[in-house]
Amino acid sequence: MAEKVLMKGNEALAEAAIMAGCRHYFGYPITPQTEIAAYMAKRMPVIGGTFLQAESEIAAINMIYGAAAAGKRAMTSSSSPGIALKSEGISYLAGSDLPALIINVQRGGPGLGGIQPSQSDYFQSTKSAGHGDFKLIVLAPASVQEMVDLTFKGFDLADKYRMPAMLLSDGTMGQMMEPVSLEMGEVKEYDKSSWAACGTKCERKHNVVNSLFIQPEELERYNFERYERYAQIEANEVMYDEYKMEDAEICIVAYGVAARVSQNAIDKAREAGIKVGMIRPITLWPFPKAVLNAAADKVKAFISVELSMGQMIEDVELAIRCKKPVLLCNRVGGMIPTTEDVLNSINKANSVGGDK
Amino acid sequence: MIVFEKPKALADVPLHYCPGCTHGIIHRLVAEVIDELGIEGKTVGVAPVGCSVFAYNYFNCDMIEAAHGRAPAVATGVKRSLPDNIVFTYQGDGDLAAIGTAETVHSAARGENITIIFVNNAIYGMTGGQMAPTTLPGQITQTSPYGRNPEQVGLPVKVCELLSNVDGATYLERVAVNNVKNVKNAKKAIKKAFQNQLEGKGFSLVEVLSTCPTNWGLKPDKALEWLEENMIPYYPLGVYKDKTAEKEGE
Amino acid sequence: MTHEILLAGFGGQGILFSGKFLAYDGLLEDKEVSWLPSYGPEMRGGTCNCSIILSDTKIGSPIVSNPNVLVAMNLPSLDKFEASAVPGAKIFVDSSLIDRKVERDDVEVYYIPATKLASDENLPGLANMIMIGHVIAKAGVMPYENVETTMKKLVPAKKQNLIELNIKAVELGYNY
Repeated sequence: MAEKVLMKGNEALAEAAIMAGCRHYFGYPITPQTEIAAYMAKRMPVIGGTFLQAESEIAAINMIYGAAAAGKRAMTSSSSPGIALKSEGISYLAGSDLPALIINVQRGGPGLGGIQPSQSDYFQSTKSAGHGDFKLIVLAPASVQEMVDLTFKGFDLADKYRMPAMLLSDGTMGQMMEPVSLEMGEVKEYDKSSWAACGTKCERKHNVVNSLFIQPEELERYNFERYERYAQIEANEVMYDEYKMEDAEICIVAYGVAARVSQNAIDKAREAGIKVGMIRPITLWPFPKAVLNAAADKVKAFISVELSMGQMIEDVELAIRCKKPVLLCNRVGGMIPTTEDVLNSINKANSVGGDK
Repeated sequence: MIVFEKPKALADVPLHYCPGCTHGIIHRLVAEVIDELGIEGKTVGVAPVGCSVFAYNYFNCDMIEAAHGRAPAVATGVKRSLPDNIVFTYQGDGDLAAIGTAETVHSAARGENITIIFVNNAIYGMTGGQMAPTTLPGQITQTSPYGRNPEQVGLPVKVCELLSNVDGATYLERVAVNNVKNVKNAKKAIKKAFQNQLEGKGFSLVEVLSTCPTNWGLKPDKALEWLEENMIPYYPLGVYKDKTAEKEGE
Repeated sequence: MTHEILLAGFGGQGILFSGKFLAYDGLLEDKEVSWLPSYGPEMRGGTCNCSIILSDTKIGSPIVSNPNVLVAMNLPSLDKFEASAVPGAKIFVDSSLIDRKVERDDVEVYYIPATKLASDENLPGLANMIMIGHVIAKAGVMPYENVETTMKKLVPAKKQNLIELNIKAVELGYNY
């Protein structure tokens, strides 16, 4: 086993990106993700890569668009308000079928909001990261190790399916240190020669990276094709983790820091004899619908624990076809649910969901 | 004997531009320069949003379609990824001098080693003739139906003059394509802007005064006259900055 | 065995560094470890705190809301966190900066004038490590014999002088 080091989530993520072959980082400072930019600023010049502090989030995402169009692994990082600014570029990446990794270390909103951890960009990332019909692969790390592993995975999935992927983290994951192994195995190379704009060498017809299709028939065809790819991703790339679900009568659904807090609450509730477990989505899109739907036949209630006013809960309800009640346990604005908050919800679920 | 042919870098497809529009001339000049410098195989062009949005279909080099105003940022991403390739943007006045002002100024400030062809026709053409940042005082457009009123909407942005104060920029020249002499000068300027990049000299921008007969409401020949009589006095032609000359003169 | 430690004080007192010291020891001992700082404007001189969890089992929440070891290095921190400590918790108070006593009677309290000791012993800015030394002695969060190894892991070798001063500070607190 590789030696573990103690690293901050943001820095571990940045190193993982480099190990995944990313040599082009463009960003703009915003708390609580700035360590990523600082790390890249230090490392990229040493390894012959590009670090560039752009004039805006908008410029940064478009630099990513350029680097990705040139066929390179490229990454940008930001936090909630900055991601909103990038949404135009994200839509263009999706519309031009370009792979790239976008990091969102979420903070509270709306507006300028706050700088403390939040999960209030769930809708933004999973439903509507920009205009038009498209999806992002959305990965939600719940530890520093997953910040590393999912960064690596994110680049690979983006290349594999030619689409942007997003790592949806939060201030806690970015700022905390945990022991982490940086051993990640081989980087898989993908052939980009059929589409990348990197010079024809006068040996082939020119490649055009583009999202404009004036003929509606053509644009519709591209959208249909893209959604066929999305269907493959939904069939093959769902990731989740289960915690004490074997005999569970109540199922918590939580990701990121909310899942970490929920784990404490589950342990405490079980001490009191309440059979509760957790399904933790690791991919928020594709959402682990099937496992949740199957769980709905066994448990009497679900609890969606999230740092938002109730965003993921809608996907939980859809996934289980509203077969069982779903409670919301939430704190917002940069507050994080405490173990007691989750325990209270577990007790509530234990009494209201008594119809099984 | 061939006396006239299309530049190789220009695709053999019909252009969509309106009759009398000078985009076609500018496309041709860019393509001729690419041919003459023998760089088609390593050139990557970035197309804007605006009338020249379909430029990606018209050049035979690899092309990328950028979001409105973001071409210099996209070009930055490409050039930083492929430093040995030649990267140019082709942008109109709305794209470069309104929505993309920040990207324009900052790519110049960074001294990005890219080439920008900036087509200034004093109007938004693609969307049907609205006021541009370069629309002249008093000029009538769809969104300045009583003539551009400087008291209400201010005065035009003079891009070359503006960028000449940005230390990072290397070469800035304003040219026009309204007559044979000016077209020849325009080609010289465009060639220099590409050569600068080949020699690693940094940010080069050529502003090309161009016509828009359709949205100006003029016949093509009258449009050329209008450019001569109205645009050139407001946007004087010439070199606004040339660090390469300064260096040679040292 | 799980230690849930909360270190709190002003920005600039080395709260985060002393937390890292404990976290590094946990790493060397192959324990489950988490270290979570408060972040933001605190970096610029306000209050500052740091959650450290050292455990033999997988750590859930990295946020320490109910510490069993609380280190308070200024009055606002004691005011804010005293009530949150679990019954039986060990609370360490820098008595040179906090002039009140802990009000609860269900916790063990250790008063140590760390800031004064640091200045008397010519260990500028190392009150934090004096506190940590005392925490090691009274709460057993890490073996004392690991202090040197851990310090060398945490502080780069080129800052040899700092390594020695930090170790001296820990020693002082340990033996207080």
